[in-house]
Amino acid sequence: AMAAVPVAVLEGHDAAVWDAAWHPQQPLLATSGADRTVRLWAPEGDAWHCVRILDGGHARTVRAVSWSPCGRFLATASFDSTICIWDRTDDYECTATLEGHDNEVKHCQWSASGSLLATCGRDKSVWIWEVDDDGEFECLAVLNEHSQDVKRLAWHPKLDVLASASYDNKIKLYREDADDWIPSDTLDGHDSTVWGIAFDAAGEMLASCSDDRTVKIWRSYAPNNTRGVQTNGVDPKWKCVSTLSGYHDRPIYDIAWSHSTGILATAGGDNKLCFFQKNLESSDDEPSFEVVATVIQAHTQDINSVAWSHADPSLAASVSDDGLVKLWRVTAA
Amino acid sequence: RSRAPVEPRMALENAAPSVVGKAASRPWAPEDEDDSIADAFDAREIFDLVRNINDPEHPLSLEELKVVRLEHCEVDDKACTVRVMFTPTIPHCSMATLIGLSIRVRLLRALPPRFKVDVLINPGTHASEAAVNKQLADKERVAAALENSHLLEVVNQCLSIKAA
Repeated sequence: AMAAVPVAVLEGHDAAVWDAAWHPQQPLLATSGADRTVRLWAPEGDAWHCVRILDGGHARTVRAVSWSPCGRFLATASFDSTICIWDRTDDYECTATLEGHDNEVKHCQWSASGSLLATCGRDKSVWIWEVDDDGEFECLAVLNEHSQDVKRLAWHPKLDVLASASYDNKIKLYREDADDWIPSDTLDGHDSTVWGIAFDAAGEMLASCSDDRTVKIWRSYAPNNTRGVQTNGVDPKWKCVSTLSGYHDRPIYDIAWSHSTGILATAGGDNKLCFFQKNLESSDDEPSFEVVATVIQAHTQDINSVAWSHADPSLAASVSDDGLVKLWRVTAA
Repeated sequence: RSRAPVEPRMALENAAPSVVGKAASRPWAPEDEDDSIADAFDAREIFDLVRNINDPEHPLSLEELKVVRLEHCEVDDKACTVRVMFTPTIPHCSMATLIGLSIRVRLLRALPPRFKVDVLINPGTHASEAAVNKQLADKERVAAALENSHLLEVVNQCLSIKAA
């Protein structure tokens, strides 16, 4: 068994905190929320402190934050319909503002290569932007595959393959095709809004969490696979291989899959954090997951996001409507 | 260029709704005066919070229009849950989302944040019941709607106390 032990409670946001993202190399956490600010937190001595507040960039709630893989740029997505790009090497100057979405931007995410940024929102669209060496952004594609607002994005850890999750209960996958971006699969199985999606380290599995209070595990089956799973031409087929239910009794707002330890963390509207691990004896075609740790009342209100540290793989952050950011040490008990 | 999820319409859809009288004020009990006694929230308190909300198109309260009723207000103080079911006056009422949003905002503002609030359409009383319920349950859409100044003004009108 494992335990999730509280390490720090970070106070500073004046209202609900919506998202958290760890710097790819350093012990540095970015959080954002309804107070329209982004806060950066880092350890100094024994304690964690707010080391920087980025304000003035957004006129409404900052819904999401994402670090570029090199750690130089921070992208922030806001209900004000824009995405801001902040340059760490230029004292966090806001070096670009991406406009184009009709209204609320709900998420933004850098690709593994760092050359692409995906954004999505209430206008039901997913945008793919290319970043050149001078930090200029060009929109490569606007994808209108969902019938409702798009809540969350996840890039494949190795390939230029993007996943999006929506209020329409579906997950869509996209890949590059010549000079265009095309939808390559639809993952249909949740009974309500899909709030969060996360790939595993290998990019063979995808975990999703939903308003329907379940987590689903999807596995990629390549064309001509030995299991007899029908595929979509040259594209792999993603099939639901496991459903985890009964762990949260309110909507599950976020899911994070540690690429170091393999532990899957979920955050819910029931104020609870759950940590799951795949039973190593179970097959990839029928994986079983067990809860290795739970924190009931991890916050006093809904938990909106959970994120694993890259610099310190047993450390996770959670953020809540209660205005707090909390850090958890998840280790063998 | 922001988009409001509900747009008020000007023509009355239900020109002659049926109306009931208002419930009497809650009677005071002796222990109400005693600050040392912690009172759990009860259904009547939830009802009292929502019954005076103004209907968006009639000069009447949600109680008078029978949109909210005491028997459709539930609270579990220990479990920190509140559930209010409301009954649109007609099954195609385009105001259902706005009414539900007003009920939700009233409860969010008045209740301690420990409560989980569900606002739902009374089953079988609206043509778009599932869609309205899903919209009202989506905290992200509700949060975004309340940052829309036009919509917030409409909600605040529903929640304003009318001069006697």
